[in-house]
Amino acid sequence: MADKSKRPADMLDGAPTTVEEPGRPPTSFLEVRDLRIHFPTDDGLVKSVDGLSFKLERGRTLGIVGESGSGKSVTSLGVLGLHNRRNAKVSGEIWLDGNELVGASPDQVRRMRGRNMAMIFQDPLSAMHPFYTVGAQIVEAYRIHNDVSKKVARKHAVDMLGRVGIPKPDRRVDDYPHQFSGGMRQRAMIAMALSCDPELLIADEPTTALDVTVQAQILDLIRDLQREFNSAIIMITHDLGVVAELSDDILVMYGGRNIEYGSVDDVFHRPEHPYTWGLLGSMPRLDRERSERLLPIKGTPPSLINLPQGCAFNPRCAYSELTDGKSTVERPELRETAPGHTVACHMAVERRRRIWADEIAPKL
Amino acid sequence: MIAFILRRLGGAVLLVFIISAVTFLIFFGLPKLAGTTTDDMAARFAGKSPTPEALAAIKERFGFDQPLAVQYGNFVKAAVTGDTYDTGVEKIDCPAPCLGYSFRTNQSVTDQLVDRFPITLSLVVGAAVIWLLVGVSIGVLSALRRGSLFDRAAMMIALAGVSLPIYFTGLLSLAFVVHQWGLLPPVSYSSFADNPFKWASALILPWITLAFLYAAMYARLTRAGMLETMSEDYIRTARAKGLPERTVITKHALRASLTPLLTVFGLDIGLLFGGAVLTERTFSLKGLGSLALDGVVGSDLPVVLGTVVTASLFVVVANLIVDLLYGVVDPRVRHS
Repeated sequence: MADKSKRPADMLDGAPTTVEEPGRPPTSFLEVRDLRIHFPTDDGLVKSVDGLSFKLERGRTLGIVGESGSGKSVTSLGVLGLHNRRNAKVSGEIWLDGNELVGASPDQVRRMRGRNMAMIFQDPLSAMHPFYTVGAQIVEAYRIHNDVSKKVARKHAVDMLGRVGIPKPDRRVDDYPHQFSGGMRQRAMIAMALSCDPELLIADEPTTALDVTVQAQILDLIRDLQREFNSAIIMITHDLGVVAELSDDILVMYGGRNIEYGSVDDVFHRPEHPYTWGLLGSMPRLDRERSERLLPIKGTPPSLINLPQGCAFNPRCAYSELTDGKSTVERPELRETAPGHTVACHMAVERRRRIWADEIAPKL
Repeated sequence: MIAFILRRLGGAVLLVFIISAVTFLIFFGLPKLAGTTTDDMAARFAGKSPTPEALAAIKERFGFDQPLAVQYGNFVKAAVTGDTYDTGVEKIDCPAPCLGYSFRTNQSVTDQLVDRFPITLSLVVGAAVIWLLVGVSIGVLSALRRGSLFDRAAMMIALAGVSLPIYFTGLLSLAFVVHQWGLLPPVSYSSFADNPFKWASALILPWITLAFLYAAMYARLTRAGMLETMSEDYIRTARAKGLPERTVITKHALRASLTPLLTVFGLDIGLLFGGAVLTERTFSLKGLGSLALDGVVGSDLPVVLGTVVTASLFVVVANLIVDLLYGVVDPRVRHS
C-alpha cells in the first residue's frame, strides 16, 4: 500500500525525460518513451501521437488533459495495444513492469490486457455488450486470465459488483446493461476492469457521460479502489475539475505532444504554457463573478496532418511575438523549469512567469 | 412477455383479414367498376364452354348479384366452416378450410395448395440452408479482410448474383450441367420420405440457382452488418479484456451482427413459401408459385385468391415468429 502523503513533494519519478537511451529497461512501473502513433490516410499521415514520453509509478495517478484530437485517447489505446496494426503505425517504447509492449507480439500484449492493464471507457452503455448480462461480461473478463470454474467466477463477479457499490449484487449480476442506470453501469464497467486486479488502470473520460451528482461518486470510487489495489491510474479527460480531484501529476497534450507536465500544484498554480493558461481560463468556476466572461482559447485545434510550423500552438498563441520569431520556425523542446515541472515553450522562463503572475492569474 | 405475444398474435390475425379483404375486393369488386357483367364473372369460375344453366348456378352459388360485403362474408364463412358447391350437375363437398373451388381444374383450391406446398417447401428449405451457410460465411470473411483480393472478388460475384435474373442463371445451369455435361439428373420433385437421396439430387440445381441470388444478398448484408459491429465500442471493450480475436469475432461481433439478419431471413422465407415463382417456372417445378402463375394466366379467380391469401399468411406468420425470436435473442426487446 503506497502512502502518498509520505512521498517527498519534489519527487521526480513522474517527470518525462526528453533524452532516454532506447532499449534500456526502465526503473519506473510504466514508462512510455518517444511514443508515435501515426495513421496513414488518403489525405496524408495523421500524426495523432508524435513523440510522447512519460513515467508512472504504482499507486500514482497521471491526468492527461487536452482538447479533442490532442491524442489523449489514441495514447491510451496505444498503451493497451488496441490499435489495428494494419492501419496504425506505432513506434517508440512502452515499458510496463519491465515488459516492452510496442515490439511484443500481439498475443503477448493480448495476454497482458485485462490482467495487467485494464481500461474504463467513456460511455458504459455502448461499451458493454447489449446481449450479455453484466455478470456474464465480468465472468468472461475474469475467466480469460484465471483458470477457474464458472461458479467461482460468478461468485467473484458478485463480489466485484458489491465492491464497486452496487446494491443487491447477487441479483443485479443477472441483469443486462440496459437495465442499469448510467452511474450503476459505470460502476459495473469499473468492476469488470478491476476483476483481474490490474496494476495499471486507464480511465478514458470515465465521468463525461454521467450526471454531475454521479460523477463525484464515481471519482470517489476510483480513488478508494486505487488505495485498495495500489494500481497506477492514467486519467484521460478534458475536464480539469476531474484531474484536480484525482491526479498526482498532469500531462497537458497539444497536437499529439506533451507541452506541459508537472504536479497538480505546478500545473494549476504555476502553469507556464500559454495553452495551459487557456485551458484554465476556459474552465467555469463557481468562485468567479458571473459577469466575468470565460476566457476561451481562440481558434480551433490544429490539423494532425499538417501541424503548424514551429510550435504547434503558435497560430492560437497570444504571446508568439515574444519568442524572437522562434515559435513559427522551431519546435520547442520540453525543458525542466523546476524540479518535476517541464514545459515546451520558446518564451523565456522569467517572462512566462511574469505574464502568468501579472496578466493571467488575476483574471482566473 | 405473454401480453407481447398476445398483442402480436392479435395483430397478425387482423392483418390476414385485411389482406384477404383487399385481395377479395381487387378480384371481385374492381371488375364491376370496369364494366364486367356478372355473366363474365361466372364464366371465370366455370369450366371450358359452360352451359347457361351452369353459369346461372355459379352466379347463384357465389351471389355475384349480392353486395360485396355479403360475398366476402360467404368466402370467410367457407374458409372457417367448409362449404358445399352445387353446380347443377353434381354436389361438391369442400371441407374447411375451404378457400374456394376451381371449376377449371375441378379441384378445391385447398387441395391444390396442399398438393403443391411440399414442392415449394423442399425447394426453399434446401436453398435457404445453402444461402445461409455460404452467404453468411462469405460476408463475415469479407468484412474481416476488408479491401483484400478475397473481399473484392466476393463482392464482385455477389453483385453478379444480385443482378442476374433467376431465369438466366437457371436456364444456363440447366443447359450445361444437366443437358450438356450430364453431371446431374434432370430436375424433378420426388417425395423426401420415399428416397431422400433422389429428392436431393434432383433438386440440387434449383437450390443452387435460388441460393445464388439470396447468398449474394446475404453476403452483402452480413458484410455491412459485420463492419458496423466491428467498430462498436463493446468490441473494443472485448479486446481490452484480453479476449482472443477469435472469441471477439464469434461471441461478440457475430452475435450482434447476425441479429438484424433474422428479420430479413424471416421475410424472405415467408415470401418464398408463398411460391418461388421464377425458380419453379424455370425448372418446371409444380409448386405454389406455378399454381399462382397458372391461376393468373388462366383467370382462375378462386386459385388466384387462394394463393394470394396463403402467401400473405406465410409472410405474416414468418413475421410473427421473427418478432418472437427477437425477444429471445435481444434482451433489450424482451424488457421493453
